[in-house]
Amino acid sequence: MAITSPIDQTPALEAAELGRRARWLAAVRDFARHRTLGAVGAAVVLVMLVFAVFAGVLAPYDPVAVDFGAMLAAPNGTHWLGTDAFGRDVLSRLIYGSRTALLVGFGAALMGATFGAILGVGSAYFGGLVDLYLQRLMDIFLSFPLIILALALVAILGNSIPNVIMAITIPMIPRAALVIRSSALTIREMPYVDAARAAGFGHVRIILRHMLPNVVASYLIMLTAFLSQAILAESSLSFLGLGVQEPTPAWGLMLRGAAVDFAEAAPWMALFPGLSISLAVFAFNLFGDSLRDALDPKLRTL
Amino acid sequence: MWKYLLKRFLLMFPTLIGVAVVTFFLIRVIPGDVVELRLAGDRGAASDAAIKMERERFGLDQPLWKQFGTWIVGVARLDFGTSMWTGSPIWDEIKLRFALSLQVAVMATIVAVVLAVPLGVLAALRQDTWVDYAVRIFSIAGLAVPSFWLGIVFILTFLIVFKWLPPMVYTPFWVNPWQNMLQLIWPALAVGYRYSAVATRMTRSAMLEVLREDYVRTARAKGLAQRLILVRHALKNAMLPVLTVIALEFAFLIGGLVVTEQVFNLNGIGLLFVQAVAHRDYTLIQALVMLVAGIFIFVNFAMDVMYAWIDPRIRFR
Repeated sequence: MAITSPIDQTPALEAAELGRRARWLAAVRDFARHRTLGAVGAAVVLVMLVFAVFAGVLAPYDPVAVDFGAMLAAPNGTHWLGTDAFGRDVLSRLIYGSRTALLVGFGAALMGATFGAILGVGSAYFGGLVDLYLQRLMDIFLSFPLIILALALVAILGNSIPNVIMAITIPMIPRAALVIRSSALTIREMPYVDAARAAGFGHVRIILRHMLPNVVASYLIMLTAFLSQAILAESSLSFLGLGVQEPTPAWGLMLRGAAVDFAEAAPWMALFPGLSISLAVFAFNLFGDSLRDALDPKLRTL
Repeated sequence: MWKYLLKRFLLMFPTLIGVAVVTFFLIRVIPGDVVELRLAGDRGAASDAAIKMERERFGLDQPLWKQFGTWIVGVARLDFGTSMWTGSPIWDEIKLRFALSLQVAVMATIVAVVLAVPLGVLAALRQDTWVDYAVRIFSIAGLAVPSFWLGIVFILTFLIVFKWLPPMVYTPFWVNPWQNMLQLIWPALAVGYRYSAVATRMTRSAMLEVLREDYVRTARAKGLAQRLILVRHALKNAMLPVLTVIALEFAFLIGGLVVTEQVFNLNGIGLLFVQAVAHRDYTLIQALVMLVAGIFIFVNFAMDVMYAWIDPRIRFR
């Protein structure tokens, strides 16, 4: 690198910055062109994010405002998707519900994938007995189906939103650890890890700075897979009355009780929340699958 | 082969014991204890005497190692203690409902296989045509649609279009097979569709891989009929990964059952579990978690035995 004076340095940096931005844009454009389905999924996810963030502005009504004058109203000009048994606007509850779904989804998926990544990379890095015991422990936790463990945890922790997130996170950790460990095992054999060790870096630094960045592909794949699973798990828990509690708007909760009791008179109550869950999970799956294909073609088979 | 099977059989036990330990401590890591939590949750403040009595009733006043010993010996004999809610022996509660859940589970698995294998094979044979895309979208949708909502949609459709409802009271199969099927086929379809999704994709990709193998080309070159190539050469070899997925996604099946039994008002293990959680019946939760994990471990073992039977490469290792 030639030595540059401070004056030319600024444009050079800007150019580098521009180059990086251009590369990102190119990558996004490439993704959109070659993986149309994935791009569609990403677009739906973005729309959901906008709904969740701007729920206060976009929702036509207060999602918890009870209006006994408009109970079980069919979809019409004032209530586009109708109202529920308490006269609450279904559309507004759906919009606010996306907030709950994404909060729990991102919360559980991020924590599950991150703790799993740390455990998986640590397990692969230390190897030997640490690896053996951690693997056995993970095997034990993997013997519990996700929803069963989550339900048992909800029974123990209680069902506030943070506890629901926690109850979904814990069963995810061993699943992430399993996948990320296997990619970390190959990273451990890389010369640069030996070099880092020879340079006298500590374990924490090697794991965080040298190994974790190289399992990012597996991490992102797990993260997107978990996102849809967490949204489904939350809606299942809420549907069972053991997740998010009334009057908080949540899609699974909207399908509970009155939605089924009044199914014949007011089918919109049961239809739209289910469609929202399906669409959200569908979008996350499409995006996740395309991302996986783009990042790691070897995994395409599953 | 027997050596391999024996080894695999014995390997089940450390995991089972680990699962028992985790399940046992699951309800004992709560700050305070389950009795206090339960009584406080039920009717505000509970007197110290009442808490002490409950604690004695469930043996929670004993030292931990003794409690664990008693519990695990009981579990080995299918004696899970008494329910904190109904006070009756847990195994009786489970026994009553087991047949129903098992039947729905088996039916859902059949639905899944019947959907997944033909669809997956079809998609692989017509790769990158509209058939392939349709199958893929059908299977991705299966992953996205929650089985409980699919159940609700079934009921809605019956009600609104056909003015009909499936029977809501359980009839055992041997009493009236028609009534029984009429009631249980819908939850089985709702759960099975979701269960089939991953298996369909797996069948497709396994078939795609196998169809490119040399022996398939050889079979084709010697003029074997396409149907024979498919059944005798391709499908047989593609089935192994599909079986793996069916076993791995067993958790989907359980999860689907837990929620779907609620929709169809089926008094099975899933509904029992949900009620146990709602009533904070910790002994029952513990028993059911242990039971489900035990079944899961056993299913995995059974799968390994089946591999050994199907795939000689594993048998002779």
